[in-house]
Amino acid sequence: MLQADGAIAAKAFKRTGALRAAGIVALACGALALPFAATAIGDPALISLATRIVIYAIAAASLNLILGYGGLVSFGHAAYFGVGAYAVGILYFHFHEAAPFLGFIPGTNRLLIAVPVAVATSAIFALVLGALSLRTAGLQFIMITLAFAQMVFFLFVSLKYYGGDDGLIVRRRDVLLDFDMADDTTFYFVCLAVAAAYFFVFWRVVESRFGLVLGGIRQNERRLAAIGISTYRYKLVAFVIAGAGAGLAGALMANFAKFVSPDLLHWSQSGDLMIMVILGGSATLFGPLIGAGMLIGLETVLTGWTEHWQAVLGPLLILVALFTRGGVVSLFTAPGGASHA
Amino acid sequence: MLEPLLRIDNLTKRFGSLAANDGLSLDVLPGEVHAVIGPNGAGKTTLISQLFGELAPDAGSIVFAGRDIGPLATAERVRIGLARSFQVTELLPDYSAVDNVALAVQARIGHSFRFWANARADPLLREQALQALRRVGLEDRGDVAVSEMSHGEQKQLELAIALAAKPRLLLLDEPMAGLGTTESAATVALLESLKGATTILLVEHDMDAVFALADRVSVLANGRCIATGAAADVRSDPAARQAYLGEGSA
Amino acid sequence: MNLLFEQTLNGVQFGVMLFLLAAGLTLIFGVMRIINLAHGAFYMIGAYGAALVGERTGSFAVAALAGLAAAAVAGLVIEYVVVRRLYARDHVQQVLATFGIILLVNEGATILFGRQPLYLPIPQLLSGTVQIVPGVPYPAYRLAIIAAGLIVAIGLAAFINRTRIGMLVRAGSTHREMVRALGVNIRLLYTLVFGLGALLAGLGGLLAAPLLSVQVGMGEQILILTFVVVVIGGVGSIRGAFAGAMVVGVVDTLLRGFLPTLLHRVMTVSAADALGGGLSSMGIYLIMALVLLIRPQGLIRAAS
Repeated sequence: MLQADGAIAAKAFKRTGALRAAGIVALACGALALPFAATAIGDPALISLATRIVIYAIAAASLNLILGYGGLVSFGHAAYFGVGAYAVGILYFHFHEAAPFLGFIPGTNRLLIAVPVAVATSAIFALVLGALSLRTAGLQFIMITLAFAQMVFFLFVSLKYYGGDDGLIVRRRDVLLDFDMADDTTFYFVCLAVAAAYFFVFWRVVESRFGLVLGGIRQNERRLAAIGISTYRYKLVAFVIAGAGAGLAGALMANFAKFVSPDLLHWSQSGDLMIMVILGGSATLFGPLIGAGMLIGLETVLTGWTEHWQAVLGPLLILVALFTRGGVVSLFTAPGGASHA
Repeated sequence: MLEPLLRIDNLTKRFGSLAANDGLSLDVLPGEVHAVIGPNGAGKTTLISQLFGELAPDAGSIVFAGRDIGPLATAERVRIGLARSFQVTELLPDYSAVDNVALAVQARIGHSFRFWANARADPLLREQALQALRRVGLEDRGDVAVSEMSHGEQKQLELAIALAAKPRLLLLDEPMAGLGTTESAATVALLESLKGATTILLVEHDMDAVFALADRVSVLANGRCIATGAAADVRSDPAARQAYLGEGSA
Repeated sequence: MNLLFEQTLNGVQFGVMLFLLAAGLTLIFGVMRIINLAHGAFYMIGAYGAALVGERTGSFAVAALAGLAAAAVAGLVIEYVVVRRLYARDHVQQVLATFGIILLVNEGATILFGRQPLYLPIPQLLSGTVQIVPGVPYPAYRLAIIAAGLIVAIGLAAFINRTRIGMLVRAGSTHREMVRALGVNIRLLYTLVFGLGALLAGLGGLLAAPLLSVQVGMGEQILILTFVVVVIGGVGSIRGAFAGAMVVGVVDTLLRGFLPTLLHRVMTVSAADALGGGLSSMGIYLIMALVLLIRPQGLIRAAS
């Protein structure tokens, strides 16, 4: 029987709906106040840190849809993250420096164009690679998703025109209406708004008819077939949605770092995303956010104390895996009760 | 003479050198309760798996409502009117009982590619799910997670899910297995209430239930059907007695 | 022609490395059904153990024994402390925990031994070349690795197929409940399988040490390809691990050896090198994807 992470989180929701709402409000207030607090205490680097966490939270959440809720352990999710980032980078490259892409597609530095293109491109990659990968299951599925991600990684490594191994610099962040995107605080709020919208839509999706089918697929695929559901198509749609979400995060990342490189697609990046989901709590709404915050936050904080911070992180991951029922979120919820998602 | 709803013709399935089903033929008439009995190893489970599309036959055909369903996958067969309860329950452990049934209702109604509205708040799905739970006596246990239900309740839930599909043909795989006397009686009563309205193919070991419910009984032995007929007739058929009843198991 | 021969042998030698890692991994996944991301750690520990002792004693033989011992002990300790608690858990927890092990072991090695790579010299006896085919000298050490690999492969096959314990391993992989019901000490069996896997990985590491530099991260690089080998060969099958390792080793080496050169004819050298490098790396994954799509259970299916 699979871990009842959702069951745990949901029982909490039912019994402590008010508590949860309060938590969300507190989180929102904290997130909104952060840049001002950071400036006040004289540590503006915190804003960059928070922006990174927000972007990775979106990426991890997108993986959570298929990994946590759907039970599909994809080890190649960084591919879609990287494709989204490169879409932005390549569009900017053709806007700023070179002739139109493939001769006729003009580049752009407008966020409202670049982001949808990035999302669509990642979605297409996910559609093709997912359609093939989902013909397998279990360890084979994990490995084939890794294999495809490696192929995309090496593809970008071999494209010297776009920097290859050295990566591609994006001179300026894409423009959005009249905002000053170069200002870190403004950019942080843009990412925050995107994340808030993303998590809201995500919440609706996992509670919808589609979300329930996906959760059913994770728990017992045989049962789903027995009620007349052809599971392949649902898994594929989930895979594409997840890929699109990762592309969205990647697009933001390209703007944040003003740099894209194949490192964004490296298998260790896929590993990091998986860790964020699992550490925070898979199949929970805020698990990925907590996981991203913990992994990135710990890395930053611990690096200040010791360069060997991974020797602390390692055992922490082991302890969480062995002694919690479902990641960090499960520490705050009680067991039992029916799952809400 | 009624056209059979299900016609199984010469069904054969081999595992290595063992022929689990060996030229098995039987048919199920619309509206009847048709029991399939036989000693362990007679091929009952293999038969159900092939009917449901989980195993591919080596030879023979399965015709449902005039249509050869051999090339159809399990989910497709369910969509044209087949439903099944599993001997070892196959449920969604993290979801509540009503969720499990509502999902079956949702699958029957169609339109699972809905991404916005909260599925658990859908009154149509909830109402039909509760109806099915009421029929099996589980309406008070709707919000309990399956992982917290007793074995008997889980078997009843299996039935509720199968009923929620409003099937044309219901395959019941040992619904009495593991049930106590009260629960068995309740299940028999439920199945009795379905007679005529739903066609049922019942695989069972519980002979009391079989003879109380069945219009016709087929006896399997060594992978084929060796006797078919009204319950009373099969009881006295020498070949059947020899293969099964005569061995004194129940 | 000589180059082709030499590269092919290099491919076989690389395949042997992969086999040593893949054999253990396929057994661990086949018998215990556990995803072990930390398998590369034993490869690294074997290399480190050998390099450190080799530096002190100057004897390759002693260094090799040290490497084997280090890997085996590490395997048993890790199994006892962490892995044994993962058998009953989800793949998800296994991924998290074994990932944590990688971080801990890698950082631990950095703390203990620093970031500088270590070296282990090729043993004197094997430092020359051999002419298997007249006129084509090939490094003796690499031949020795190939020979060692073949010996291990044969020994392992004999162990799995002809001994009692081997039979239990095979049975444990396909009929776990039955083995348990027969009263066999499953715990001990699992520990032995894990330890054996670690030992084989360590052997791979110490044999590779003279050819590469011994440093943190060497385990993860080769682990990805090891997973590819396991999947191509078929989970749970030693023969499959061998076949898969040979395919991956030879194809990967030949691609890297010849593709950039072939591309030189149609594009600039630097572009050809980049594209050739990228395509060669992709090649193996492409093959794995094809195998998975046509024959998902792998080339050789362990009866299951």
